[in-house]
Amino acid sequence: MAELTYRDAVARGIAQEMERDPDVVFLGEDVAGAGGVFKATVGLLDKFGPLRVRDTPISEQAILGAAMGAAMTGLKPIAEIMFSDFFAVCFDYIANEFPKSRYMSNGQLKCPLVVRTGNGAGSRFGAQHSQSVENWCMMIPGLKVVAPSNPRDVIGLMAAAVRDPDPVIFFEHKSLYATKGEVPDGEIVDRLGTATIARPGKDATILALALMVPRALAAAEKLKSEHGIDCEVVDVRSLVPLDTQTILGSVARTHRMFTVEENPRLCGWGAELASIVADEAFYDLDGPIVRITTPHIPLPAADLLEDIALPSVERIVDRVNKSMNA
Amino acid sequence: MAIASNKAAAQSGSARRETEVPPDLTKDQEIAAFRDMLLIRRFEEKAGQLYGMGLIGGFCHLYIGQEAVVVGMQMSLKAGDQVITGYRDHGHMLACGMESRGVMAELTGRRGGYSKGKGGSMHMFSVEKSFYGGHGIVGAQVPLGTGLAFANKYRGNDNVSLTYFGDGAANQGQVYESFNMAKLWNLPVIYIIENNQYGMGTAVARASATTTLATRGSAHGIPGESVDGMDVRAVKAVGEKAVKWCRDGNGPIILEMMTYRYRGHSMSDPAKYRTKEEVDKYRTERDPIEQVRARLLAKKLSSDEALKKIDTEVRAIVNDAAEFATNDAEPDASELYTDVYA
Repeated sequence: MAELTYRDAVARGIAQEMERDPDVVFLGEDVAGAGGVFKATVGLLDKFGPLRVRDTPISEQAILGAAMGAAMTGLKPIAEIMFSDFFAVCFDYIANEFPKSRYMSNGQLKCPLVVRTGNGAGSRFGAQHSQSVENWCMMIPGLKVVAPSNPRDVIGLMAAAVRDPDPVIFFEHKSLYATKGEVPDGEIVDRLGTATIARPGKDATILALALMVPRALAAAEKLKSEHGIDCEVVDVRSLVPLDTQTILGSVARTHRMFTVEENPRLCGWGAELASIVADEAFYDLDGPIVRITTPHIPLPAADLLEDIALPSVERIVDRVNKSMNA
Repeated sequence: MAIASNKAAAQSGSARRETEVPPDLTKDQEIAAFRDMLLIRRFEEKAGQLYGMGLIGGFCHLYIGQEAVVVGMQMSLKAGDQVITGYRDHGHMLACGMESRGVMAELTGRRGGYSKGKGGSMHMFSVEKSFYGGHGIVGAQVPLGTGLAFANKYRGNDNVSLTYFGDGAANQGQVYESFNMAKLWNLPVIYIIENNQYGMGTAVARASATTTLATRGSAHGIPGESVDGMDVRAVKAVGEKAVKWCRDGNGPIILEMMTYRYRGHSMSDPAKYRTKEEVDKYRTERDPIEQVRARLLAKKLSSDEALKKIDTEVRAIVNDAAEFATNDAEPDASELYTDVYA
């Protein structure tokens, strides 16, 4: 067991898979020589050499297209798109090519690739480098979508993503790179489609993803100590496949559901989860489902404005407390 | 016939070499080319008929007129070389050796189609025949074909990726991202621009600031050559040179095939943006199949009777495919949910 940053976990996760499988190749802008713009891939070039760890031109369509072309022949590329906002530049591959190839080819074409990307706000990068776009990908049949919240999950879900035969979009949160967590020694392999209960509780279920997980956990501590409300925090981790069993099970125990979402409100991932719970577990609920989200706005750059746009610990505490006492 | 650099091409004002007489094919090669092109022609004529009868729905982009391009290029390949193209793909599939029945049944949406009816005209694949589609988004296949070449280089084999696209796609941005990456990484990819002179209904000169598409790689140092794509001999000759160029480790190359589609962009296009005389001129003076027929007869390498026999055989294959595609069962409803994920 060792303490590791989320950033170092990315490099360790990729290295674990590259050591195991020579078909894994890693490409992206500034990922090799510079070790990544967020320094999350430092050391990989030295370890695996320039054939397998490749700096690319700033050409997002060519990066994803070449990754898919290679994947069609059985290679297992990990491609980095530096900021998830840039998905809009290469969305043809994400929306039309990766996820349709198996279906349109009667299962002949396989697309075993991973797209890693820096997602989310907190760095004052403004409207075009701060978005949470996991919901853009969740809506596309054929993609799998994960967003780890801690270093151990980064390694385990990276392994699961690389070993998965389908295209996986792997959302790393920019504001988590510097955070630390305990990570076991040796190989870590997790499973896609599994949520974890990050904090057990009996009064309400809070569903959160990525950066919103530590905020939900901090809010749960305050809700307990200041208001006597005992919240269960579920780290959703994987949007597709979705661990409905864990989510429905938690709601069945607590009878209340809250989501904490960084994506803008309209069509955020929590709306889909709310719909599922309303369909499957309406009579388990003792009160309305409440979604705590970023508003339906572009993200501002200024410290103060960005801070109030995202769900904060205080906002989570306030919304949960008010709703539980309504 | 040396592969000209773009610099040389630009200096001479044109990369076109249509006036050169390409080397002769052997008798067997001529007959094989005649048969392979005729199969595509008859297949597409039949597909057009079935479409008219309402047996094929959706889009259907016919390849009639362009047959020499895929047949000539295919003659220059070896096993393991990959082919990828856009949505005008029936000819490429037949040239790659895919079965007429499976292609036609995909057009009619039957379970015996290559994609069990879930792909349709624009989306068919045969990994066994190294045919990687069949892609519906204009230009999307160009980065994918570049990735096929990357995989060849990564594995250290000497296979080549043939990445086809049209004159219309030549103005899409991802093409140039691919050119740059392919040259930067020295990837074994032949970019084949099938210049059939119209991107949908817009003539090349109305859509392209420069109309010699062979020079589109010049900014990236990729050599290119324009070829008479109506003459299967010329296509094969330049194809062999380009394949050798790639196998020898020289990186990407561009071949602009000057060709012509006789039909509209798709079945729903009456092609009123060009004159009947223009189409007739190509049909009567440049037709790729008639050129081979004329050579075979002039050199007495074959006879009217023997060529008619080939046509009869080809028609039998196509009729059988149409019969199969008409009578085969539709896909089971459960197929809706298969192959979304592994």
